[in-house]
Amino acid sequence: MRLKLEKRPEPSTLMLFVTPVASVLLTMFIGMVVFDLLGINGFRAVIDIFLTPLLASYKWQDVAVKAAPLIIIALGLSVGNRAQVWNIGAEGQYIIGALCAAGVGIAAGTAGGPLVVLVMIVAGIIGGMAWAWIPAVLRTRYDVNEILTSLMLVYVAFQVLAYLVGGPWKDPNGRNFPATAPLQPSQELPILFPGSTVHLGVLIALILPFVFWLLMSRSVFGFQIRVVGSAPQAARYGGFDTKRTIILALLISGAMAGLAGALEFTGALGTINLGFPSNYGFTAIIVSFLGRLNPIGCLIAGIVLAVTYVGGQVAQTTVHIPNATAGIFQAMMLFFILASDILVRYRVRLVGSASSAQGVKA
Amino acid sequence: MSQITRRTLMKVAGAAATASVLGARVAHAEDKVKIGFIFLGPIGDYGWTWAHNKGREQVDAELGDKVETVYVENVPEDASAVPIIRDLAQQGCKLIFTTSYGYMEQTLEVAKEFPDVKFEHCTGFKRADNVSTYNSKFHEGRAVLGTISGKMSKSGTLGYLGSFKVPEVVLGVNSFLLSAQKQNPNATLKLVMIDSWFDPPKEAAATETLINLGCDIVTTHTDSPAALQILEQKGLYGFGQGADMSTFAPKAHLTAIEDIWGPYYVIRVKDILAGTWKSADTWDGFKEGTVKISPYNEAVPADVRELADGLQKGYKEGTFNIFTGPIYDQEGTLRVKDGEVISDADLAVMDWFVKGVESAS
Amino acid sequence: MSPDFVIAAIMTVVGLTTPILLAALGELVVEKSGVLNLGVEGMMLIGAISGFAVTVFTFNPWLGVIGAAAGGALASLLFAVLVLGLNSNQVATGLALAIFGTGLSSLIGLSFTGRIVPVFGSIFPDALARHPYLKVIFGYSPIVYFALLMVPAVAWFLHRTRAGLILRAVGENDHSAHSIGYSVVKVRLAAILFGGAMAGIGGAYFSMVITPMWAERMTAGRGWIALALVVFAGWRTGRLLLGAYFFGILMALELYAKAAGFSFLPSPFWAAMPYLMTVVALTFISARESAGANAPACLGKPFLPST
Repeated sequence: MRLKLEKRPEPSTLMLFVTPVASVLLTMFIGMVVFDLLGINGFRAVIDIFLTPLLASYKWQDVAVKAAPLIIIALGLSVGNRAQVWNIGAEGQYIIGALCAAGVGIAAGTAGGPLVVLVMIVAGIIGGMAWAWIPAVLRTRYDVNEILTSLMLVYVAFQVLAYLVGGPWKDPNGRNFPATAPLQPSQELPILFPGSTVHLGVLIALILPFVFWLLMSRSVFGFQIRVVGSAPQAARYGGFDTKRTIILALLISGAMAGLAGALEFTGALGTINLGFPSNYGFTAIIVSFLGRLNPIGCLIAGIVLAVTYVGGQVAQTTVHIPNATAGIFQAMMLFFILASDILVRYRVRLVGSASSAQGVKA
Repeated sequence: MSQITRRTLMKVAGAAATASVLGARVAHAEDKVKIGFIFLGPIGDYGWTWAHNKGREQVDAELGDKVETVYVENVPEDASAVPIIRDLAQQGCKLIFTTSYGYMEQTLEVAKEFPDVKFEHCTGFKRADNVSTYNSKFHEGRAVLGTISGKMSKSGTLGYLGSFKVPEVVLGVNSFLLSAQKQNPNATLKLVMIDSWFDPPKEAAATETLINLGCDIVTTHTDSPAALQILEQKGLYGFGQGADMSTFAPKAHLTAIEDIWGPYYVIRVKDILAGTWKSADTWDGFKEGTVKISPYNEAVPADVRELADGLQKGYKEGTFNIFTGPIYDQEGTLRVKDGEVISDADLAVMDWFVKGVESAS
Repeated sequence: MSPDFVIAAIMTVVGLTTPILLAALGELVVEKSGVLNLGVEGMMLIGAISGFAVTVFTFNPWLGVIGAAAGGALASLLFAVLVLGLNSNQVATGLALAIFGTGLSSLIGLSFTGRIVPVFGSIFPDALARHPYLKVIFGYSPIVYFALLMVPAVAWFLHRTRAGLILRAVGENDHSAHSIGYSVVKVRLAAILFGGAMAGIGGAYFSMVITPMWAERMTAGRGWIALALVVFAGWRTGRLLLGAYFFGILMALELYAKAAGFSFLPSPFWAAMPYLMTVVALTFISARESAGANAPACLGKPFLPST
């Protein structure tokens, strides 16, 4: 007797839902064991990391604000990932998006109001798109690998930020520290609940997944994306313009990253300094896969990741876990979900040894 | 990428750092006044955060019967610092120290929500009724290093490994070179900014570059001992930054500037206990004990030690200030007239280099 | 420019180049077998801490390097199990490995910060290694020579040996290789482990040679440069060597430009140079050779034998 993998005719819907949940639970369990081995109260640590942010109502706003950019960026990345287009430079597009919004804010001077804020956000979207357009064109015209170009452009984007906040955009009243002047209150994103930090961007992050869901499941474009990703040959026979699809996929992911950057700038921080880039663009890649490249999945996965961040900080003050463990947790969740992918596409069966010669065991 | 502005330095750690990181703290006393600390790096970094944590430990040691301290380490300087600072306020902290420049807006934001909680923001400049700022005159320490370098450099070309062009670094460069020029009027300085507080391979390569361009002493304003290790290999001299780093370079390490925050923290916590805390802007140096010079290497000759000690004494007694005119800028324009002294307010925003700084960044 | 100046500058460039050359050579072999492992940064960090830790315990840098290679290979084994055993997505798995390696090395490193280790002595007599001129050839750590020797070794292996031929066949057309009877999985596993070991040694160059100490995230993004380098080199060993040195020179140029006071360009421009140049070079190479002629055809695609 041995285990045999059998390809499912259709991906298992049940497994599609069960495996992410199992991955999170397994990560929690292993975390508990490992912490106990390290001499830390593992139960308390895992409770604090995964549950306290959900149970303590005053932590909800923190989770919401942290989740918003992750969700928005992951939505865009999922579109690309479905088309087998790998944009790992969302961090750069996020930075450029925020910078474009800041540029508009600075150009507007003291003018504020909804129109100015709207223009700032649109500028952010365009900025993110423009930054993603570079790898898109290079990929489609010269066949340059977009994984590497988009990544290299993250570093370039950071230097653009460093140049602007340390030079032309430096706050004249900022004591010569490299940072832009804080936004006028009239240029900031409205707060949804007075007295909280929950800004309009959180609402956008809640609505967008449903927009993307409609787009991906109901539109021709969504269909094209899926076909180009799963069967490029078929796409060519079907008369789809693969290049156009690739460009669109990258532009959408860039637009989302730029939007997230603009929202974070206008909604949360109000200034750009050298600490502005905070790895949202990279973490969103995990969110995208944890959410199974599904818009609603991204929404949930974004919240899960935000919970681990917020909870990780809680656990630091309560049980004093080292900060380095946060990354290990996130990677572990991703490992599990990637490993369990096989259960979605294959069925595990016990078979007699006679038929094992034909086994698909890879 | 978010690590760009982080000051993480790894130095002699020993088991203590690990134990305190991994060991759970359970002390819970409801009647004690809670004091919170927000740290940029890990407390075991033996650099910026390590020094602040030493200050926290001093509060525990001196006032442990009345107060309880809590801290969060590795707090990013972006919007996510807000909930972490707020968390400490909600846990009931009466006084919260946010120990990096990048927490400025975040500190003010939380301070608005909690008017009854007092905040202390390190190296910033924005205050409120319940927000104080405090900083250290690191440049006073640089003057001591400059004096030693001016005497001990054979080539008269000094190297300076910087992080970013912020006032703290500009002041350090100017103070260092002006002091060196008092000993050797022809001393010049080459400067490389590596655009990071912490990037050991780049720090190492930048140090080699400075040496190759003729520098025989290199001082670092970045947080790793990488430069010292290179200087040790080449048989040249340098200084520790933030803490005594002599273990890493026993021969090259002439001395170090140490950051001592404890006395200030104890004073401010006492103010809270007494109910006399007021918003203030504090910029302490040698006089108040915030800046300290590590023991000298045996390679430092007696006459140089005497000069360096004399300079420290001058600062402690308030009779010496390196930023006393005449001071010329890089282009040779007289910026500070003979006998004039640059005010603290002007120092805090200084963005020009003095004559003799050969490379601008 | 005096000879001393040039020699010192060359030695700085060699120091900057060696770790990325090592990691890139390993990744080249991995990619030639048709696998894309984006986790180089994580493997380098795990190599850096493993090498350092072994040296702390054994006082022997040679054992340290072996430890670094083992650490890197072990990390890559995790990737191999997921990618080869479970057919997971290579891009996502590689990224997860990068994050995992960064976190794990930080966690392990907590007990090694601040320790100092014995360093490599020179393998050549001092008369050569410390000679004012000859040191430009003889004055390096053994790892530097190892890296340089590995360039022709890898080239020879890939193009002159049967095993190399099989490896390339697996990368070009896994199904054909499978049908002739070669184990695609075993070949790729070996390639991934080799890549991990090389990245590990590259990481150890930071913690054991440049600055003999452990510091969190001390590779500071060099693993990603190594990845770019492989594409930059068009999957050719000779060009990889040139590319690595081109990168090293660019990085050194930034520092020299700053120290020498070339202020006509703002400093962020210099810092962005290596990355911008990579994008430009990638474009030129890809544009000239129609559709990346040298790229392994199966790169990044999972191997699913039909039953």
